[in-house]
Amino acid sequence: MSNIPRDLRYTKSHEWVRTLANGSVEIGITDHAQHALGDLVFVEVPEAGREIAAGEGCAVVESVKAASDVYSPVSGAVTEGNAALADAPELVNQDPYGAGWLMRVRPRGSADIAALMDADAYAAHLESEAS
Amino acid sequence: MGLRTPLYQRHAEAGARIVDFGGWDMPVNYGSQIEEHHAVRRDAGMFDVSHMCVADLRGAGVRAFLRQLLANDVARLQTPGKALYSCMLREDAGILDDLIVYFLTESWFRMVVNAGTRTKDLDWIRQHARAHGVEVNERTDLAMIALQGPNAREKAAGQLPVAERAAALALGTFVGAECGDLFIARTGYTGEDGWEVMLPATRAVAMWNAWSEAGIRPCGLGARDTLRLEAGMNLYGSDMDESTHPLESGLGWTVAWEPTDRNFVGRAALAQIKAAGSARKLVGLLLEDRGVLRSHQKVSSGAVGEGEVTSGTFSPTLERSIGLARVPAQTGERVHVDIRGKLLAARVVRPPFVRNGRPLVS
Repeated sequence: MSNIPRDLRYTKSHEWVRTLANGSVEIGITDHAQHALGDLVFVEVPEAGREIAAGEGCAVVESVKAASDVYSPVSGAVTEGNAALADAPELVNQDPYGAGWLMRVRPRGSADIAALMDADAYAAHLESEAS
Repeated sequence: MGLRTPLYQRHAEAGARIVDFGGWDMPVNYGSQIEEHHAVRRDAGMFDVSHMCVADLRGAGVRAFLRQLLANDVARLQTPGKALYSCMLREDAGILDDLIVYFLTESWFRMVVNAGTRTKDLDWIRQHARAHGVEVNERTDLAMIALQGPNAREKAAGQLPVAERAAALALGTFVGAECGDLFIARTGYTGEDGWEVMLPATRAVAMWNAWSEAGIRPCGLGARDTLRLEAGMNLYGSDMDESTHPLESGLGWTVAWEPTDRNFVGRAALAQIKAAGSARKLVGLLLEDRGVLRSHQKVSSGAVGEGEVTSGTFSPTLERSIGLARVPAQTGERVHVDIRGKLLAARVVRPPFVRNGRPLVS
């Protein structure tokens, strides 16, 4: 059973969103996603200042086998990409909700976040995908 | 649901991640593909390769038949058990498949061909075999397990009946022999020492379990792909297919031009290409920038033109990305690869990248 923290919001495409104290959000991929992808060997994160739209491909995570797009759950401006992943992409496997975060974004409004799934809804979504 | 090998249930119980591979439900990994890869380079790993097609060819004319069917020459096989790697070509020199053929007796050769090409291969072989009175028998009663790595033979032999161990361990490189009801060959697709074992399907689970308990790590097709690519070995359907010929696929060494009167299928067309000079070649690539080479990425060779990555991955041994690419014949040492719109620098090298646990490029 994959780990689904209660305090985060989720997308159907397996990204998570954490609201930070300063109003920015931190974005990563879920434990389920990292497990499905397998050992990550390369992660490409967006540069600070880039404007992104909700649903837009904004990062790429590559396992030994394949490259996968990560879609932004929110619209806004990127404030930081996780530079540590350039040398240590395995952080996403080891700590997907912590050190393996992908990017921080200053969102435009709060509507996108409100529309995301909570932990229970995401767990139900995983079950429906598995069946 | 796809086709399943005799070991499918065993893989599922072990928690393997199962994917479709040429119509077969096969394990891609049992957890960490990279750890499985290292197990083969450093110790011992095993792969279920029962999806591959084993065919026995019998008849007095079998050697003459294979000398006509294959681009490599089975006349090179003079000791029973000896194996040969070869391409099987169309008349226009397009590659129908790559395969291994074993000489067992003057009236019995054994062939191992790819899983995805099974039907077309068997049709083609049977169609040409008729004139030689050769009978083609697909051995669906056999499973196949590849045991690979520096310690694989030693660990695997410990699970054989005592009377058969010495003979199995004495097998030379690229030689196979029957050991009881097992056919053991010192071959592989990883660049490491090891065996490929054909055995009755009914015995597959018991032997898999015994070898697993002996410390041979089950590995999926994911690790098999990174290992073969590090070893500079082609994958049919990715690095070559019917639209490409051996001389542009890094397989010129497998074509036996001597004797000149051996008229194998595809010879005339391939001889013309050779005389004119192949316009393209298959090379190894080492990515110098960060990123991962993947098949179908465009390769720019500067003024001499463009090519394409045919296989690419992250090399767990070298900890950087490697690949094979088909590029214009005049391509020099430096190229650029288009990865998501960015042109990244890559160096052209001669495969293999890794053999027997050791990097061969830097």
